[in-house]
Amino acid sequence: MADAVIPRSRAWAREERRRRLGPLSALTHVALLVWTVLVVVPIVWTFLASVKSEDEIFGDAWSLPASLRFDNWARAWEQAHIGQYMINSIVVVAFGTFGTMLFGSMAAYVLARYRFRGNRAIYLLFVSGLAFPVYLALTPLFFVVQNMGTVPVIGRFIGLNTHGGLVLVYIAYSLPFTVFFLAAFFRTLPGAVAEAAFVDGASHARVFFRIMLPMAKPGIISVTIFNVLGQWNQYQLPLVLLTSDRDKWVLTQGIADISTAAGYDADWSALFAALSMAILPMMIVYTLFQSQIQKGLTAGALK
Amino acid sequence: MNHGRTRFVAGFLVIPVALYVIYVIAPYAQAFYIAFTDWRGVNASPRLVGLENFQRLAADNVFWKAIGHNLILLVLMPILTLGIALFFAFLLNAGGRGGTGGIWGSKFYRVVFFFPQVLAVAVVAALFQQVFRPDRSGMLNGPLIALGFEPIGFLSSTGVAFWSILAVLVWQAVGFYVVLFSAGISSIPRDLFEAAAIDGAGGIQLFWRVTLPLLWDTIQVGWVYLGIAALDVFAVVWVMTAEHGGPDHSTTVMAAEIYRTAFQYFKFGYASAMGVVLFFFTIGFATLALRLSRRERIEF
Repeated sequence: MADAVIPRSRAWAREERRRRLGPLSALTHVALLVWTVLVVVPIVWTFLASVKSEDEIFGDAWSLPASLRFDNWARAWEQAHIGQYMINSIVVVAFGTFGTMLFGSMAAYVLARYRFRGNRAIYLLFVSGLAFPVYLALTPLFFVVQNMGTVPVIGRFIGLNTHGGLVLVYIAYSLPFTVFFLAAFFRTLPGAVAEAAFVDGASHARVFFRIMLPMAKPGIISVTIFNVLGQWNQYQLPLVLLTSDRDKWVLTQGIADISTAAGYDADWSALFAALSMAILPMMIVYTLFQSQIQKGLTAGALK
Repeated sequence: MNHGRTRFVAGFLVIPVALYVIYVIAPYAQAFYIAFTDWRGVNASPRLVGLENFQRLAADNVFWKAIGHNLILLVLMPILTLGIALFFAFLLNAGGRGGTGGIWGSKFYRVVFFFPQVLAVAVVAALFQQVFRPDRSGMLNGPLIALGFEPIGFLSSTGVAFWSILAVLVWQAVGFYVVLFSAGISSIPRDLFEAAAIDGAGGIQLFWRVTLPLLWDTIQVGWVYLGIAALDVFAVVWVMTAEHGGPDHSTTVMAAEIYRTAFQYFKFGYASAMGVVLFFFTIGFATLALRLSRRERIEF
């Protein structure tokens, strides 16, 4: 009896809704399209300007280019060093994220699944880093990295104006979120498989790398995406730590520098080309992996 | 076994903890000490001067302006971002009544809205610097001038520049919360909406009586995130505005003043004192937000 009534009332309610929502749904799409335009237009406009000549850029904002000047892109890549900056960014983020994930997952695993004295204290030490404003640490951090540069043998790889130094700083500042998120993830994993492996004589490290890490794959992927984007988009830390040596700059620094230091003699079309070059790879990667990226970035907020 | 266990735990922790202590904990601890010194980078040994830096800060008009701007952002950025995001999330999911699917095209909208979030703030700032150009070559002023209006000094007028900053911040943040709230809405059981709809609730009522209360947890999280982001605003101001916080300090924020004082004026002691003030604002906000937002959680 009840079974017969519920589907019908649901269908009725749905019908009723559709009737009531009818004229509204057009308005809904209008509202959504307004924001779509607000998001898309500045980006499209930038791409358009990237193939304009200098005169066209200083002319009417919405005029179409007479011819597509891709030499702007070539100039930005070569003379404005965007190519170099992009390679630097890739190197720093690759090592930074790899180190973050390796050390972050090791610490998170031990803190989540082993009981020992000081466990709670170390965990809280890591998590407290989530609330600190990085600006407070900038001055001492600058001198810490400078001092690391004086360490014998390895010093010249991890001091100021080195990618190694920036990578270590990225790893350290990415640890709070990584440890916080992955510790929560490791706690939810079942222990039976690991115990069976211990009985078979597997070592702790082997259980971690061969069993627990693969089981934590969904969490690892989310945090990796979070860290790749966070480190790729970082601007403040390289601004402080890679000051003098332009060849070492990362992409955000390069873009910001062309934009802020530019006077009237600046190469404006190259700036637009550089901006487009910074946006395009993100667009491609985002289009390919958008659902994972959305999951990765919102993962922290949903925990 | 037990011996191996201790070695394993220590072995796994030693590198992460060492990195974290050297690069994060130690600098924060030192910053509190430096804030009480007159360290200016040139003199080799910083001298303790007690509260002098903080007394000077209390009379520093520019820093007070920066604090004021951060506080306005702290209030307006979450309200605008969360308000707009809730509105769109509600539209996309037809108030949740469509179950997990959302309205026609909702996936497309979500993908587009979210995109600014993956761009670097520095890149977004450089982009909008061009969008806001003051003459007819500006993306916004071009059409305005063509229509016969006066151009707006988006970044050059002291009364307008700050609002341009706020607009860019909201522009970049909205999509993230649309996706977050959409996920929240689609996880609300459909029965709740249907029951309310059968009881005669209209779209607006559904939003206020069903969607909003059940999303409350997620909204709180968003509020804390955005509040902390508002206190940490730096790149948009530093890259986009004239004189890094201008014109005439009309857009400056605490982070920009800290960076300028430390790395352009090399007044490390004074900059650290500013950092301590920012630290207490952040901790104060986080504590307050957690206190105020503690409400009964609705399980479903």
